Amino acid sequence: MNKFKKIFATDSYIVPLVAILLGFLVGAIVMLIGGYDPIAAYGALFKRVFGSPYDFGEAIREMTPLMLTGLSVAFAFRSGLFNIGADGQVLIGMTAASLIGIKWAGLPLFLLVPLAVIGAGLCGGLWAGIAGYLKAKRGINEVITTIMLNWIALFLANYIVRTFLLIPGQNRSEDIPASISMTFLNSFFDNARLHWGTFIALAAAVFFYIYLWKTKQGFEMRAVGLNPHAAEYAGMNVGRNVMKSMFIAGVFAGLAGAGEVLGVFHYQAVFAGSPGYGFDGIAVALLGLTHPFGVILAAILYGMLTYGSAGMSFNADVPPELIRIVIGSIIFFIAAQGIVRWVLKPFYFKRKKEKVL
Amino acid sequence: MDVLTLLGQMLNTTLVFSTALIFAALGGIFSERSGVVNIGLEGLMMFGAFAAAVGGYYAQDAGYAGMAPWIGVLCAMAVGIIGALIHAVASITFKADQTISGTVINFLAAGSTLYLVKLLFEGAGETPLIDGFYKYKVPLLSEIPVLGPGLFNSYPTTYLAVILVIVVYYLLFKTPFGLRLRAVGEHPSAADTLGVNVNRMRYIGVMLSGMLAGIGGATITLTTTGTFAHNTISGQGFIAIAAMIFGKWNPLGAFGAAVFFGFSQAIRNYVQQFGWSQDIPQEFIYMIPYVLTIIVLVSAVGRSSAPSALGQPYDPSKR
Repeated sequence: MNKFKKIFATDSYIVPLVAILLGFLVGAIVMLIGGYDPIAAYGALFKRVFGSPYDFGEAIREMTPLMLTGLSVAFAFRSGLFNIGADGQVLIGMTAASLIGIKWAGLPLFLLVPLAVIGAGLCGGLWAGIAGYLKAKRGINEVITTIMLNWIALFLANYIVRTFLLIPGQNRSEDIPASISMTFLNSFFDNARLHWGTFIALAAAVFFYIYLWKTKQGFEMRAVGLNPHAAEYAGMNVGRNVMKSMFIAGVFAGLAGAGEVLGVFHYQAVFAGSPGYGFDGIAVALLGLTHPFGVILAAILYGMLTYGSAGMSFNADVPPELIRIVIGSIIFFIAAQGIVRWVLKPFYFKRKKEKVL
Repeated sequence: MDVLTLLGQMLNTTLVFSTALIFAALGGIFSERSGVVNIGLEGLMMFGAFAAAVGGYYAQDAGYAGMAPWIGVLCAMAVGIIGALIHAVASITFKADQTISGTVINFLAAGSTLYLVKLLFEGAGETPLIDGFYKYKVPLLSEIPVLGPGLFNSYPTTYLAVILVIVVYYLLFKTPFGLRLRAVGEHPSAADTLGVNVNRMRYIGVMLSGMLAGIGGATITLTTTGTFAHNTISGQGFIAIAAMIFGKWNPLGAFGAAVFFGFSQAIRNYVQQFGWSQDIPQEFIYMIPYVLTIIVLVSAVGRSSAPSALGQPYDPSKR
């Protein structure tokens, strides 16, 4: 985890910005090689995101689960854990929200909605907690357990939807009466599917920051992440911190699931395969340097790029997959900072000279 | 269908599904034994599957129908190595976080392969269908009841995978090269003191992992799907990582784990044939291998035995 400290110590703003520029540059070169017009393509991308209130709202909708899964992966990272399981935690959160939202539909909405959201967070947390428990008590590598739990979550979610919530003859659940959509914004954003989950995500980022950097428990968690042996020697309970960290990471991911079913789709589909939320979350967490506010910015960038890529293919005929190359390159340049520094070297040199003069 | 024929068929399907996992897990072992985490196996398999589909297609187009799948495998090896080089340069030379640069490989692979497919085949979502490998019956051995049709009527890549397990085991544990590779992953500074070039060994480890994961991806296009599309590689790389960890970074253990996961995929295709399976929801049957993996890990004695320098870039100035 030392390298993360290093990243923050120096150039914490310049390097990511240059990395983003370099990423776009790589994308442009790839487009030129393929015979496409990069300026038209990037223009179409941004036009798609900012072109109409509807698209802008939908882009925000796209960013919301990315924020939460990104926070989930980043939080676990901070205490030395690699949470590949955000995908499964999202699914479990979704299923819990759907189950509560449909089965307890008799409750008044002001009770039902918070219950569904809280239930989703709790279930996501407990699901991740399984991996945390096994790591703490049995020393089992969390990478392998979270991968396994992703698959189990996928099948469990499908089983629950198929057995308890299905509309006969269709591959989806009944409609969920509980909703966190911000319908009062519909006229403003042309019926884009905005929902309160976005604010939940922002609140989660603030919680992440305060908890890890302003509380004693957070201090312990970071200590465990930086050096578990030293933390144990200092009298901290490593196992308990590992479990707690996985639980909180899972809560974030579970809330992302609640946002998707209660705010966006209002039903839950039977999934043929992994919906991929968790893997986007890994990218967002890394892009955001595993800092909560960095993660939010990264989710905004990532969401803009993926949502805009559809416009890119529609208006400039560029395959939308190109955007994955851009994102991959950005992460590459952030990770391999040596390259960015090498690019920046001439500028630094100049600045120093000026000072001497 | 009688039980014995069914058993033979299940064995056969198990091997088909395991082959790709065996290759990729062996690749992962090379990389991680040298001390470099390789979360990019998924992407490397994708590179391989893509290269095999494209290389095989052009070879077939040029009239080398018989050799086409092998040319596909060679392309997959080459592209896998190139993909792995990105990981190596970032994580070894520039000391980037290995998890991050592995994730980068996954992204670049998903982006560039599909981008190239659309570019090469006029906007198509997948490569044209190619013939791929045919099953090869081993004379005499394939006549054995149950085991014959189960084990000795497989694709050439499956035989290659099994042979490779033994080769990799020998290479890692019985040769100076293997000793150096493991030393670099366990205690790089000690290895350095003894004259082993740490970074060079790591480059070799990562490139071998790219090559093998590439072949693993190739076997999927050349034996199962016949084309490369966005969902050709969907999670196999991560299962291979799990197989590697499950097998405690040992080729034989990884082989066993890969076959176990392969079996669990095969059982899906056959479970409907058993009467008792009607009473159990299908999802629970799908879950079995993943649940079992966790149970086995819980009950297995001893903590996971990852190479001790795994994940740390080598910096001679640090102690």
